[in-house]
Amino acid sequence: MIPLSWYLTLSAALFSIGMFGVLARKNAVAILLGIELMLNAVNINLVSFWRYNNPVLMDGQVFAIIVFAVAAAEVAVGLALVISIYRRRNTVVADEIDLMKW
Amino acid sequence: MTAAQIIFLITAAVILGSAFMVVTTKNLVHAALWLIVTLFGAAVLFATLNAGFIAVVQVVIYIGAIAILFIFAVMLTRRSMTDTGPGLNRGWWLSAAIALLTFGGLVWLVSGWGGFTKAAPAYPSGFDAVAALAHALVSPEAFVLPFEVASVLLLAALVGAVYIAFQRKGEE
Amino acid sequence: MDFWSNPVKFLDDWLTGVFSGWGMAADAARVLTAFVGILVLITLVMVLDIFLVWLERKIVSRFQDRIGPNRVGPFGLIQPFADIIKLIIKENIYPVGVDKAVFNLAPVLMMMSVLLLWAVLPLTSFLGLDLNVGVLYVIGVGALGTVAIIMAGWSSNNKYALLGSFRQVAVMISYEIPMVAALLIPTIFAGSMGINSIVAAQDTWYIVLAPLAFLLFLVSATAELGRAPFDLTEAESELIAGHHIEYSGMKFGLFYASELLHAFTFGGFIAAFFFGGWRGPWVEAYPALGLFYFIVKATIAYWLFGWIKYTFPRIRIDKMLDLNWKFLVPFAFVLVPFLALMHALLRETSFYALGMFLANIALGWATIEILRRRAHGERAKVEGAVEMHG
Repeated sequence: MIPLSWYLTLSAALFSIGMFGVLARKNAVAILLGIELMLNAVNINLVSFWRYNNPVLMDGQVFAIIVFAVAAAEVAVGLALVISIYRRRNTVVADEIDLMKW
Repeated sequence: MTAAQIIFLITAAVILGSAFMVVTTKNLVHAALWLIVTLFGAAVLFATLNAGFIAVVQVVIYIGAIAILFIFAVMLTRRSMTDTGPGLNRGWWLSAAIALLTFGGLVWLVSGWGGFTKAAPAYPSGFDAVAALAHALVSPEAFVLPFEVASVLLLAALVGAVYIAFQRKGEE
Repeated sequence: MDFWSNPVKFLDDWLTGVFSGWGMAADAARVLTAFVGILVLITLVMVLDIFLVWLERKIVSRFQDRIGPNRVGPFGLIQPFADIIKLIIKENIYPVGVDKAVFNLAPVLMMMSVLLLWAVLPLTSFLGLDLNVGVLYVIGVGALGTVAIIMAGWSSNNKYALLGSFRQVAVMISYEIPMVAALLIPTIFAGSMGINSIVAAQDTWYIVLAPLAFLLFLVSATAELGRAPFDLTEAESELIAGHHIEYSGMKFGLFYASELLHAFTFGGFIAAFFFGGWRGPWVEAYPALGLFYFIVKATIAYWLFGWIKYTFPRIRIDKMLDLNWKFLVPFAFVLVPFLALMHALLRETSFYALGMFLANIALGWATIEILRRRAHGERAKVEGAVEMHG
């Protein structure tokens, strides 16, 4: 049988990889890709906690579903912003979008 | 080593390897395709955790909608099909150090917790998780309010996305 | 155990026994047997696919007042084999600038997205996995097909291919919504998402209880399959061949075969959801007879797709998205609660089937009436404007 620790370690590793993507990538779309990885790590955690505590209580799965909804909303708004910025300033490199920087 | 463990290890290797490719590949369409592989691996994990509904929803929403949206966005924000310049910041090694520290910290944190190595309880025979999830989502004693709030959030986000990305006539 | 009541289970047990007899662990023997089963099913499906090529050509020739293939073998039955040999010995061409890995993966993924559907297709009462999320699984596997199309279009490094795949993806994502709504109705009636349970629950065929849902599914499935009148991805006159422009030889063959097999598979789903699947006379006594009924019903549904394909001309992309977002989606959102309500009201009564059928007719008539009034209003407006200017 697989102990819970395997799932938690995998999810921590996936979260860290996603975080590296968010911090290190230049392209704004690539940063959003990293955020997707982090959200997926959260989902793996939620579902494995559901399975390893008491499978009759559905809380973990419900939270996972809500994470899906949030992820979809985040991607829709995020990509709309990226496309809008690209139209106005002709760049998707996060460092060059510095109009609000003081 | 049991069959379940072998399946888990293979899936985990696929997930982590493709996730690494997502954050390092220069070609963004390839990165989005690697993301599909990662998401599919996560769906396999959900299936092995007896969460069939979550696994299928993962495929429908993430691969069928979100990944496709990413590929569209990459193509819309690119004048030429080829990439130029490095994909990573100059300070990428700092990000790598922070990510490694986060991983170490997270593992250290959860390994101190008592339930870290616990085994899964037996799955109740005859228990229909899909029906239970459906009841949990619409029952007033459980999660009907968060569920509705999530749907309103989704609607607001989509209306906002259309408004932001909409190109008015005469603009450029 | 009686062989004819469940031949698959019988063979499965026998094969597992043989493997265990060779000194294999019980788990490994079961996994190996499952793989053998998958291999057999896929082989049979691919052989069926070869004959679908022949069937398709015969259907189209009849619609176009021709005879169709009739030279190679009796009734031209060997023709598809000749086609395959031709495709296999063709040169494999990589155009300049192709992304090779993605380019080669796309046709495989396309075929896979069709073959995966056969896991839940209820061929008989004992064949076909009764997954408790079966209906969603069908939608999810369709998403893989979308990915395959966009991969083919992007990796070909050809603007026609990219345009074709963009169109097709826009259509597939849009038409998924009415399709999900149409599939919700059998799910509500049967109280289960397992496709075999839906078939088992059809004491009256759902085409009688919900003819409107059947029409909705037929239209959205035609769009999802990318067949005429929704074959904008190919649109020979403007895009040459859409996402598979640059493919040659057997890679093109895989796209072609997966399109035909996809249509037949959806014919199978129409049979399962609306025509009562494997149910028919004497099936309780001889479950294996269900396979025959299922294939007959699926072929009829497949022929229906062919009839539509060769009768209607192709429509424009904006008209097609209008049809979806301005008519099918609102209609689906009215249809699902309406039929669920009628189902809840009439379920216990003795005139359940008749009442449901009449309710559908009433809703269909009301829809047509509303559309007619609207069209008359629009027309009066246009004619009034013309008169003022004229």
